[in-house]
Amino acid sequence: MAEAVSALWGREDGARVQVRDGGLRGMVTIRADLSDEAVQRTVGEVAGVHLPERGRASMKGERALLWMSPDELLLVAPYGAGGGLVSALGEKLEGVHHLAADVSDARAVIEVEGPGVRDVLAKLAPVDLSRGAFPVGAFRRTRLGQVAAAFWLETDERAQVICFRSVAEYVFGLLAASAKDGEVGFYG
Amino acid sequence: MLTLTCPCCGVAAEETELVGGGEAHLKRQGPGSDDRAFEQYLFLRENPKGVHFERWRHAYGCGKWFHVARDTATLEVFGTYSAQVSAPPDDIRAVIFERRPGWSWREFA
Repeated sequence: MAEAVSALWGREDGARVQVRDGGLRGMVTIRADLSDEAVQRTVGEVAGVHLPERGRASMKGERALLWMSPDELLLVAPYGAGGGLVSALGEKLEGVHHLAADVSDARAVIEVEGPGVRDVLAKLAPVDLSRGAFPVGAFRRTRLGQVAAAFWLETDERAQVICFRSVAEYVFGLLAASAKDGEVGFYG
Repeated sequence: MLTLTCPCCGVAAEETELVGGGEAHLKRQGPGSDDRAFEQYLFLRENPKGVHFERWRHAYGCGKWFHVARDTATLEVFGTYSAQVSAPPDDIRAVIFERRPGWSWREFA
């Protein structure tokens, strides 16, 4: 079988603010009634991460649960774990209306790290990235330049950006160009 | 620039993150309806200067549809509400009655 490679082949760019390929990541789309207690419990157990609040990402080690929409979560895990997670969810949620799909190869992950990470993202997305409006742990689906993307802040200086694999080059180029001059200092 | 707060994900989304879906609260006229009603449903739209109700989709965000009450002339937004209703809710209508006394829009006011 062919060996999986990430869309960006480990590229890196930037100076004070680093932009780099986040590599291969396992991802599982979960759609269900998120207010259902059985769903909450099972997803939390299988994911190993508690369910995020609206507009938040909950993170633990290499795992993350991202709040995509009122009935959708994206589970991020190490690459290769997707299939196992889908079958575990399928078994435990049998009889409960839901969907779990392994979408590990659908998206690319780009890490942005440095003191101006808020500025670098704010130049590209129509999002208020001030600390009050977008604290660490906040997650936002939006657009970067001309394409759909999403990002969450792992720390005050590190963001994870996800976008569809087909536009990974474009998003990487945007982020690299935005990071070139470092921070603007708008968010202090 | 129009900024609408998506009632599904709570995000104050700017216009470029949204896609407009035209007039709200249309009632479908299917096979068997008379020609006049079908024409009304398919082609005839409100085009007010003032209070208007529209459908919007948070296309780059949560992907959900929602309703918006706004003023087409001033771009004042009176409120956003669930897509799963067939008439503007009372709280939205109360806001409009307060700010635009005497407003009217189709059969809803």
